[in-house]
Amino acid sequence: MLTKRIIPCLDIKEGRTVKGINFVALKDAGDPVELAKIYSDEGADELVFLDITATVDKRKTLVELVTKVAKAINIPFTVGGGISTVEDVKALLIAGADKISINSSAVKNPDIIDQMAAEFGSQCIVVAIDTKNIDGLDFVHTHGGRKPTILQTQEWAAEVSRRGAGEILLTSMDHDGTKNGFANDIISELSTMLPIPIIASGGAGNMQHFKDTFTAGKADAALAASIFHFKEISIPDLKAYLGEQGISVRLK
Amino acid sequence: MRVAIIKYNSGNVRSVLYALERLGIEAELTDDWEKIKGAEKVIFPGQGEASSAMRYLKERKLDQLIKELKQPFFGICLGQQLLCEHSEENDTTCLGIFPVKVRKFPPIDKVPHVGWNNLENLKSPLLEGLDEEAFVYYVHSYYAELSPFTIASTHYMDNFSALLHRDNFYAMQAHPEKSGLTGEIILRNFLNLK
Repeated sequence: MLTKRIIPCLDIKEGRTVKGINFVALKDAGDPVELAKIYSDEGADELVFLDITATVDKRKTLVELVTKVAKAINIPFTVGGGISTVEDVKALLIAGADKISINSSAVKNPDIIDQMAAEFGSQCIVVAIDTKNIDGLDFVHTHGGRKPTILQTQEWAAEVSRRGAGEILLTSMDHDGTKNGFANDIISELSTMLPIPIIASGGAGNMQHFKDTFTAGKADAALAASIFHFKEISIPDLKAYLGEQGISVRLK
Repeated sequence: MRVAIIKYNSGNVRSVLYALERLGIEAELTDDWEKIKGAEKVIFPGQGEASSAMRYLKERKLDQLIKELKQPFFGICLGQQLLCEHSEENDTTCLGIFPVKVRKFPPIDKVPHVGWNNLENLKSPLLEGLDEEAFVYYVHSYYAELSPFTIASTHYMDNFSALLHRDNFYAMQAHPEKSGLTGEIILRNFLNLK
């Protein structure tokens, strides 16, 4: 049986792991390769590395990091952050990334989704969407959530799926950092509407939140960062709990 | 041990090299006939699209070479599909080692089939040490049908061939190089085949 995936997310800045609370305040949470190895050994199903470095050397640093991670771990991982061209994707996939994630660059130029999917296959193209509810409607935000757009989340999600995205990583900005649970209404809406997997992100505070996003939210995977980095929830405990709750997960 | 990984226009093969490195094996990525023929084990990875992969193999006559090989041979992901008879992906005639058809998942459930799924009905020394709790990582839109050569199946919408075996040819749809300890056991078992 296909299992629900648990995905720790490592926010990377200049080679170190950090986590933004509501996308602003940053705390150092360790060495990414070490952390990746720990999560992979603990039973994480996949990892996401999100690079928020803004320097010119960024691409080179990221390729080096991807190489180190690919050598160290035996589970799939996705890399995102500032990826905007087919060449960027190629360099990262060659270095050993399994998938790449694009966000603002896809909003700016939706054709790159088609180009990347045609070149590398849908299976390695994840489109990340940051969504925020404004007066009852859901709008896509870009640039780490700082820039609102006129795109409605449901319409944009349908478009990226049509253009060849293999998965959608949906982060609710309203829920991110609150620890009050995932945005299950919109997650469920997208998961039901679209033919591709939805990764729920933003709001995980306890183990039941994961159960809820897999049941009420119909999410295919759930992503979280700080609760894993600061050991508020351990992955083995979380998976044991989900298993007891009747959610299909990969136990060791 | 001399392990050759067949070099062709397939996607990321670096992961397979790294996985073997973690097992202490330095494999060579090559499209050289003699090197492939002389290797003790041959791995045929894959990621990408079937018809362009077949075209590339034919242009370099690697299709002929593969059919002639006698040492343990392991096709992974698209590598498994290319060892079958025919793929629905762009109506492609494949290598025909396995008389099996490769079909596209119907839109009944989400496609691609992405994530960890378990192996069932395991029957092969390649799967020694594993049971039906063994999970492997899948990411694919096409699958090989069940056949007498199926040595393990997986269920997604329907049962399909998770692994195939005929003579010296083994093949797996999931990615052993990304399947944690289970994948390491499968790769190690393959390397230990006589």
